Amino acid sequence: MSIMTYRQALHDTLRSEMHRDPDVFLMGEEIGLFDGAYKITEGMLDEFGEKRVRDTAIAEEGFTGAAIGAAMLGLRPVVEIMTINFSLLALDQIVNHAAKIYGMFGGQARVPLVIRTPGGGGQQLGATHSQNIELFYAFVPGMKVLAPSTPADAKAMMLAAIRDDDPVLFLENLSLYNTKGEVPDDDVPAEIGKAAITRSGSDITLIGYSRMAYVAAQVAEQLAESDGLDIEVIDLRSLRPLDRGTVVESVKKTHAAVILEDDWLTYGIGAEIAATISDGAFDYLDAPVRRVAMAEVPMPYSKPLETAALPSADDVIGAIRQTLDAVGRSRNPMENKS
Amino acid sequence: MSTRQRTAVAPPKPGTHQNANPTAVMHQTAPSDTAGAKRSTDFYRQMVFIRRFEERAARAYTQALIGGYCHLNLGEEAAVVGLMAALRPTDYLFTNYREHGYALTRGIDPNRVMAELFGRSDGVSKGWGGSMHMFDLEKRMLGGYGIVGGQIPLATGAALAIDYRGVDEIVMCTMGDGTTNIGAFHESLNIAALWNLPIVYVVINNRLGMATTVDKSSAEPELYKRASSYRMASERVDGLDPVAVFEAAQRAAAVARGGKPFLLEVMTERMRGHSVVDPGKYRSAEEIALTKERDPLVTFAAHLVETGLLTEQEIAAINDAAIAQATAAAVFAEASPFPDVSTLFDYTYATPVANDSHRLPGQPLFEPAPYPEHEAAR
Repeated sequence: MSIMTYRQALHDTLRSEMHRDPDVFLMGEEIGLFDGAYKITEGMLDEFGEKRVRDTAIAEEGFTGAAIGAAMLGLRPVVEIMTINFSLLALDQIVNHAAKIYGMFGGQARVPLVIRTPGGGGQQLGATHSQNIELFYAFVPGMKVLAPSTPADAKAMMLAAIRDDDPVLFLENLSLYNTKGEVPDDDVPAEIGKAAITRSGSDITLIGYSRMAYVAAQVAEQLAESDGLDIEVIDLRSLRPLDRGTVVESVKKTHAAVILEDDWLTYGIGAEIAATISDGAFDYLDAPVRRVAMAEVPMPYSKPLETAALPSADDVIGAIRQTLDAVGRSRNPMENKS
Repeated sequence: MSTRQRTAVAPPKPGTHQNANPTAVMHQTAPSDTAGAKRSTDFYRQMVFIRRFEERAARAYTQALIGGYCHLNLGEEAAVVGLMAALRPTDYLFTNYREHGYALTRGIDPNRVMAELFGRSDGVSKGWGGSMHMFDLEKRMLGGYGIVGGQIPLATGAALAIDYRGVDEIVMCTMGDGTTNIGAFHESLNIAALWNLPIVYVVINNRLGMATTVDKSSAEPELYKRASSYRMASERVDGLDPVAVFEAAQRAAAVARGGKPFLLEVMTERMRGHSVVDPGKYRSAEEIALTKERDPLVTFAAHLVETGLLTEQEIAAINDAAIAQATAAAVFAEASPFPDVSTLFDYTYATPVANDSHRLPGQPLFEPAPYPEHEAAR
């Protein structure tokens, strides 16, 4: 077990997988000489050479499609799309091709492809560089969409993604790259399609993924101290397939849920989770399911506006307290005194 | 001339267009050249079979035995057989949705091609692809793609994989003339040229998108010239002469085997509408008449008779055999069972995965909880 950043975990895992399997190679804009826009591939051009660390032209559709074609012939490309915003340029290749090729040809060709890309917000990058549009890919059968929130999961899920024979969109997050955590030394791939209960509790269930799973864990610790609440936290980890059972079993136990998401509220991932709880735990709910999501605006540049648009820990705490208050289960000392 | 009439590089006035009289420029295969003679008669046999197969498919479509879209290779037979003859069995083919002829000429069992059109379990893609999505790993035909230009980045990536492994194979990627205007064309040819990939891009130029002509859609209507943007070698060839296409495709393939991409433009005719259901009312009577006059089956047959390679009787026999084989394919396809509905969830993922949904429409996410548990929850 070592303590390292999310960035380091990704870097080390890519490196070890390239040593393990000569069919694994990297493609993307500025991943070689420049070491990657977010330095995930630092030093890898020197170590593996131009054949396996390929700086591409600015041509997301072209190089993502080329990676799909290479994967059809059995290579295992790992593509970096600089941020998820630019994946829109490759949407046709990802949605109409990567996700379809196995089924459309009756199971004759596999596409063992990984597309790594960070979502974000909070970096003052404005409307076109701050989106969280993983939903576009999670919507599509044939895709697998992974969203690790911890350095340990970044490693375990990258191992799983590279070794899987299906196209995987691997969602990273700009504000998670510098977060630290324990990472096992052994190479044990995660099981795709499984959520994780990262904190066990009985009062209410918080459900998030990527950055918001990290926020959920922080909020749970904070409210345990300040309000004496026993909060259960679920990190979805896999957005497709979606582990509905883990969510529903948790809500059956806690009878209340708040969903956290960095994407927009309407039609967002949280809407699907809320519908899942409605189908599977309707009779167990003490209160309506709440969602805490980004304000429905193109992300502004100016800091106060950006901060207001992004969901924060305080927004989550507010939603939790309101949910529990509404059914007389609040343990907020301040509320109880009144 | 109507404004809607096609205008190619030069307006196609009968007698003056470069392809107006293919027999005049057709390769003079001497009967003593036995290999060449056999190749020419083989080409003709394959061309006739594509024609009769497509006509049989069109009939099945009108009988509602084939659904969806159905785009035929009618008029492009010479281009198809000439191109396919230049490939080795170990080479890869990526093509678009007008691909029945390619599947047949690549050596896929016609019964399985027709069964795919019929949506049956014996289809080449097990009934999952249909007319636009034929695929056969063994014959290295890696699709049939329905999205215009979608195959170009994929084919480029296949060439990347060949280069990565250092094997003696190439990729051929065919597309229509309209496809040269899509971004994926530019991105892919740029990548292939930068990385010296072993691929032949082939533009099948029938001068029509659906109805939009090349000169209405391409600022440089001599499409092979686009290769110069990538310092890529290119050539334009008469697509109504299978031998000319074959020889040009061989030159292109040789360049690709040497580790450089190539752009080959093949000038063809589309004898009917864009798809089976398109009456093609946007074309003038003169243009359609010209298309018939330039029918590669007719002109190549005339050439073969003229040069003594085939007799009229042999041509009739070839035609009869093609009709019989196309009919047999339709009989086979109709007898083939539809895929079982129980296989609906078999091809979403290659690696089985937890929590993959196998629900049919209307099925609940969760079975309703048993009554006592309901009550206990309250």
